[in-house]
Amino acid sequence: MPRTFLEKFKMLVDDIKPSTLGCVTLSKKGLHIKIGEMKTDVGLVKNLELSIGKIVEEAWAEPMGPTPFPSLTALREWDLKLLQRYKPFYLPFCDVCCLCTFGKCDLTGNKRGACGINMSAQQSRIVLLACCIGAATHIGHARHLLEHLIEKFGRRMPLDVGGLNVQVEAPITRLVCGVKPETLGDLEEILDYVETQVTHLLSVVHTGQEGSNLDFESKVFQTGMIDHVGMEVADIAQIAAYGFPKADPDAPLVDLGYGTVNVEKPVILCIGHNVVPSVGIIDFMKENGLDGEIEVCGLCCTAHDFTRYYKRGKIIGPISWQLRFIRSGVPDVVILDEQCIRTDSFYEAQRIKAPVIVASEKNCMGLPNRTNDPADAIVEDLVSGKTPGALILDPEKVGEVAVKTALKVAPLRKKFKAIPEVEEVLQRAKDCRQCGDCRRACPQDLHIPEAMKAAMQGSLAKLADLYDLCVGCGRCEQACPVSLPVHSFIVKAGEKKLKEETYKVRAGRGPIQDTEIRNVGSPIVLGEIPGVVAFVGCANYPNGGIEVAEMCREFANRRYIVVTSGCAAMTAGMYKNEEGKTPYEEFTGEFTAGCMVNVGSCVSNAHIAGAAIKIASIFAKRNLRANYEEIADYILNRVGAVGVAWGAYSQKAASIASGFWRLGVPVIVGPHGIKYRRMLLGRADREEDWYVYDARTGEKVYVGPAPEHLFYASETKEEAMVMIAKLCMRPNDTTKGRAIKLTHYIDLHKRLYGTMPEDIHRFVRTIADVPVTMKDEIIKILEEKGWKETVIPDPTLLPRLIRKKKE
Amino acid sequence: MAAEPWQTAEIPGPKKALVITKPEVVAAMIKRAKHPVLVVGYRAAEIEFEGGKLVDFIIEFSGKSGIPVVATAHMVSEFSKRGFKPASFMPAVDIGNRLVDPSWSGVDGKGQHDLALFVGLPYYMEWTILSGLKHFAQHLKTITLDNVYQPHANWSFPNISHEDWVKSLKVIIEKFEGGEKE
Repeated sequence: MPRTFLEKFKMLVDDIKPSTLGCVTLSKKGLHIKIGEMKTDVGLVKNLELSIGKIVEEAWAEPMGPTPFPSLTALREWDLKLLQRYKPFYLPFCDVCCLCTFGKCDLTGNKRGACGINMSAQQSRIVLLACCIGAATHIGHARHLLEHLIEKFGRRMPLDVGGLNVQVEAPITRLVCGVKPETLGDLEEILDYVETQVTHLLSVVHTGQEGSNLDFESKVFQTGMIDHVGMEVADIAQIAAYGFPKADPDAPLVDLGYGTVNVEKPVILCIGHNVVPSVGIIDFMKENGLDGEIEVCGLCCTAHDFTRYYKRGKIIGPISWQLRFIRSGVPDVVILDEQCIRTDSFYEAQRIKAPVIVASEKNCMGLPNRTNDPADAIVEDLVSGKTPGALILDPEKVGEVAVKTALKVAPLRKKFKAIPEVEEVLQRAKDCRQCGDCRRACPQDLHIPEAMKAAMQGSLAKLADLYDLCVGCGRCEQACPVSLPVHSFIVKAGEKKLKEETYKVRAGRGPIQDTEIRNVGSPIVLGEIPGVVAFVGCANYPNGGIEVAEMCREFANRRYIVVTSGCAAMTAGMYKNEEGKTPYEEFTGEFTAGCMVNVGSCVSNAHIAGAAIKIASIFAKRNLRANYEEIADYILNRVGAVGVAWGAYSQKAASIASGFWRLGVPVIVGPHGIKYRRMLLGRADREEDWYVYDARTGEKVYVGPAPEHLFYASETKEEAMVMIAKLCMRPNDTTKGRAIKLTHYIDLHKRLYGTMPEDIHRFVRTIADVPVTMKDEIIKILEEKGWKETVIPDPTLLPRLIRKKKE
Repeated sequence: MAAEPWQTAEIPGPKKALVITKPEVVAAMIKRAKHPVLVVGYRAAEIEFEGGKLVDFIIEFSGKSGIPVVATAHMVSEFSKRGFKPASFMPAVDIGNRLVDPSWSGVDGKGQHDLALFVGLPYYMEWTILSGLKHFAQHLKTITLDNVYQPHANWSFPNISHEDWVKSLKVIIEKFEGGEKE
């Protein structure tokens, strides 16, 4: 039986004799009927046109909010409120603009170029461009994934992402679009919307469009918001269709690290972010009794996602492990899908004689399209070396070809590797001219020449020291005037560490349960759980991944809610404590104080934003539906959440962050993140910036710089840790909650900065906020600063939420 | 001694830092400035300097020149350990953001600064912050005291050896022997 009104109506229309109709157009989004002439019992109808913009089968009782499917400017007023407080600080990466043929234009000193744009607008324009790239990447991924899942499972497949534990299955979609998707098919309309938006947003970047930096920034926020919708669509679709863990706190612990791979078996390596081809491989293996015969391992989010499907899958590590793992010779077949794949992967795989299968039309690598060829013919060509790789756009065929090829090619390859032996390293190091070009190319400024000098003298110890700090970019090799494979030297020197990498990470659990939100909603909003800290993003770490693990442990031990995703989630799992446990074994996977929750891959970041939204919706019972501004205002003022993208490098990371900014969640990036070329910084010293309305009275109340920044690059881990604690403070904190938060802030500050913070007076509203154990010390400071008591308001930036207007 | 960015690809644009060939010039510019400030990043605690660390030199330099110090990141703890109280401490992006605001009251409440010296930040962080100041702080001159070329400063050493750099900094501090700026 047809389920939706749309389908019933289409049947009705189908029954009308075509001769009576001039034109019927029926789409998911609407209906248009044009009738030239129709005889009915009541009379003759001529030239009737009926247009229905959108058909909604109304089964959701929640009233529609003010901004369903918001346009580019629908939330502009909210954005400008945020930007008034968190003003952009631009850090241009280049003095010129070179986007059109008028250029290059010199914009130095905020000069205007040939099109009239000045430097500040140009910088925000580039930020918007980066965010559009990021959002389009997630949204394109979501579309491909959804098309495939609908083809395989049908439009009517229910969106079950957590059974009875998750009634709010798509909080971002509900909030932004005002619709409540129930089936895979319902997600198509949502993607239609975000695709349209990203097209409009990208068009804004064209020469001669937007001229105001703040309006560019508003559109950056819009881009981030629709990116979050796209991510949510992608993840709930794959959770529902593939049966990934459904909001499961006890999602299985899966293997992580090079050392977990059984190199005696044929090894298939999957790199990228789209799980579909990996599922094809796993299904083919299982269907043909080969489960356990082959190692399936992965890098980046594809690995996260296939371990949500297949717990015997192995995660090698984040993006920075690509070169070192391929060159190790362990993979027998390399599968490339999409996003964050080194574009020289095909070349690197050829060096170890591993056939490559490219499985995404976004990434064809110049290979012949073999999609319509018989699988066995492709296998034969790959095994014989007749062709080093193939483009196959059918995921099931990818599965068959990959598995058959791996079985046949493994005995021939014998793990042929591209990393030199120790003797060769020591010998070739003597060719080093000590020119220093490798160091000057290294984004980490690693002291490679000194390490090479030691190698020339017979010691690999200094090269081994670089292993943990190296981000695996390979720029050192490109810079070397005598073509030394410097990165391979570092990997060889660190080989013992590499082979000993055996860890556990909890498979991505997906959403946070509604019941978990009910349990923690109150203590988060009142401040008694000191904060939610999400470690997300890529692996461009300034001092190795250990800093991520250390920060996770620090805040989990302090009873913050610690959430992870993407490369950061893997990295956090790669460091064991004194008992030999990874953070995922050490802390609970339940969304509660002192946890370590891996939500999953990049697109699973939607569940982190979703959790914040659900606190407003489920705990505080605020209307969610198309009510973006109010919910964001709630989160900004009440939910002490902060994102940390310590190694953010990508455009996707930029758009994810911008979605959090609009929602009122501050984001900290590591020092490399300053290259995003724009910060959104509050000014704690400008008292006038920190007033909110008290919704009870309409009075304007000073609430201090809480949270002080919206986007901020930290120079060191120590600075980030202090800032995390500070950014978790919110105007709505109760006195008990604020005292707890201040305790953590002061404690970290004293430990890492060796002194009391100088801004305590800005965060103490009443004496009851002061931590009891520090009372004398703090009261003395308050007196010195001329502190005055203020009230704790029912905080909002939105005048329309004031319940009693000021007389 | 070529004036090329330390990180090869960090090409800035048309306006590049003038190269400090005579350290005495730096001392003269500091003396001429009405309200200078010295921003010190965490690497000052790691960089070797004459048997100690760069931070030790900074303390001596600040003492002799009277330039107020802003410690970024967790550098304040390194200063405290040595019994020195910087004028202020704040994140690097915060001091950058304040320096672009002509109405800022400065680290000491005496008004916006007219000269900012930088040392000890990660190269790329200093590079970007100096870029922000070059474009948006027309009231400000900037000098980097690091031993690598920072093209976005107004004045920078070229990429020089550690030994030459130490000598240059010692020449600068010698110009302040006998007390604060004349």
